[in-house]
Amino acid sequence: MPKITYIEHSGREHQVEVPVGLSVMRGAVDNNIPGIDADCGGECACATCHVYVDAAWLDATGTPVPGSQEASMLSFAALAQPNSRLSCQIAVSDALDGLVVRMPEGQH
Amino acid sequence: MNDIAVRADADKVALDDIDVSDPKLYQDDTWYPYFARLRREDPVHYCRQSLYGPYWSVTKYKDIMQVEVNHQVYSSASELGGIAVEDQPKDMDRPSFIRMDPPKHDEQRMVVSPVVAPGNLANMEGLIRERTIKVLEGLPRGETFDWVDKVSVELTTMMLATLFDYPWDDRRQLTYWSDVAIANVRSPESPVHSEEEKFAELTKMTEALGKLFNERAQLPPKFDLLSMLAHGEATRNMPFREFMGTLSLLIVGGNDTTRNSMTGGVMALNEHPGEYQKLRDDPSLIPSMVSEVIRYVTPVIHMRRTAKEDSEIGGKQIKKGDKVVMWYVSGNRDPEAIEDPDNFIIDRARPRQHLSFGFGIHRCVGNRLAELQLRILWEELLPRYPVIEVMGPARRTYSNFIHGIRSLPVRIPA
Repeated sequence: MPKITYIEHSGREHQVEVPVGLSVMRGAVDNNIPGIDADCGGECACATCHVYVDAAWLDATGTPVPGSQEASMLSFAALAQPNSRLSCQIAVSDALDGLVVRMPEGQH
Repeated sequence: MNDIAVRADADKVALDDIDVSDPKLYQDDTWYPYFARLRREDPVHYCRQSLYGPYWSVTKYKDIMQVEVNHQVYSSASELGGIAVEDQPKDMDRPSFIRMDPPKHDEQRMVVSPVVAPGNLANMEGLIRERTIKVLEGLPRGETFDWVDKVSVELTTMMLATLFDYPWDDRRQLTYWSDVAIANVRSPESPVHSEEEKFAELTKMTEALGKLFNERAQLPPKFDLLSMLAHGEATRNMPFREFMGTLSLLIVGGNDTTRNSMTGGVMALNEHPGEYQKLRDDPSLIPSMVSEVIRYVTPVIHMRRTAKEDSEIGGKQIKKGDKVVMWYVSGNRDPEAIEDPDNFIIDRARPRQHLSFGFGIHRCVGNRLAELQLRILWEELLPRYPVIEVMGPARRTYSNFIHGIRSLPVRIPA
């Protein structure tokens, strides 16, 4: 199972295994990792599962398509950066084994 | 009608005759059984005739979510009628970013959203707490007073004055304009009694705040809403009615909703003494209780969209141009989405999963500030006054849009 590392804003790290096909958001919520709220439950509708993708993994995860719902939601997330993603929109795959994501200071 | 009569009526009235846009349902607090029936028998319901013309009601959580995330089809545009079941009169309509679609919506919303970003909220926490303590320390003991006026309105008005950097002693003017902006002019209790009078009062608001806006445009940018609007590329040159609409949006959004959650929380806890005791025994439940209050109260009753093309919701054919109303009060009580939804349970598994802030690109920009204000209120309230007794019925607002509570008599034991 792919391993994913979630790093809280405080620097605390959580490494967990997440089944292929689930979202990176689901991996955090199912493992009670703080810092990801996911109020809408994965509909790309609240921007409260915002993460920063580690630079080394950006090619693998990709960035939101301009004009997409994800890009639109992210444009309102406080503290969005070029490596921002909504983690409900990243599907876990073997290619993402080792993925590292960081949490923002707060979910908006 | 009493509760039993209302339930009987809701169960026997012809489905076609159900009109949940009647503001009386919310003033009398009798809306519940009508929505329970619609969710059961006709969750996407067409009302052919109402004071506001024909409209679709979307009553289930998942169908509401489907409308929320599809802004390409379900438009908020002021030109098409905007976001409330009742259109604003054509020559007096007041656009603002909540009544816009992308890209203009996005550009304007981004101008103001930094005021409620996490860093700024952290900066404001101390100030909010200090004021909350002061208001609470000044409350009378052993006598009945109006919680709405003395606490809910006072605290949210102070917040609003801070967000706008508005002259402190005149801050209740902001509350008045908020009440005007949401007023149903057909209600005898409304501060204004015609659309013309409402527009005239909002014109005064626009002129007063416009003066401050113009002054701040000449000064270096600062972190209040007027300065942000005055310096924002997308907002510095708004036409008059758009400026009026934007001010109304920020004033109503910035206080009225939180005001009603501050009151609704006291009511809900009094109606559920077991939950009130649970909270006293374990104040670490406050954040989750706050989310539950916001769900249970549902401060915004509905949002409306207009279909830009033919579409389908829950098996019903929606035609281009149709009004589609998302009833948040109903979706928040949908047992298919929320377990035991009619109960007020302060330690739910996922308390933030509710529709009260909306979802999608129009999701409430100030939702974290609202939660912060409510959390601080209860953190300071519980140790000081573990008991707030509700002494009589609440008076509610005649509105199908804002779930308002006008007064609530309470007493703090001496």
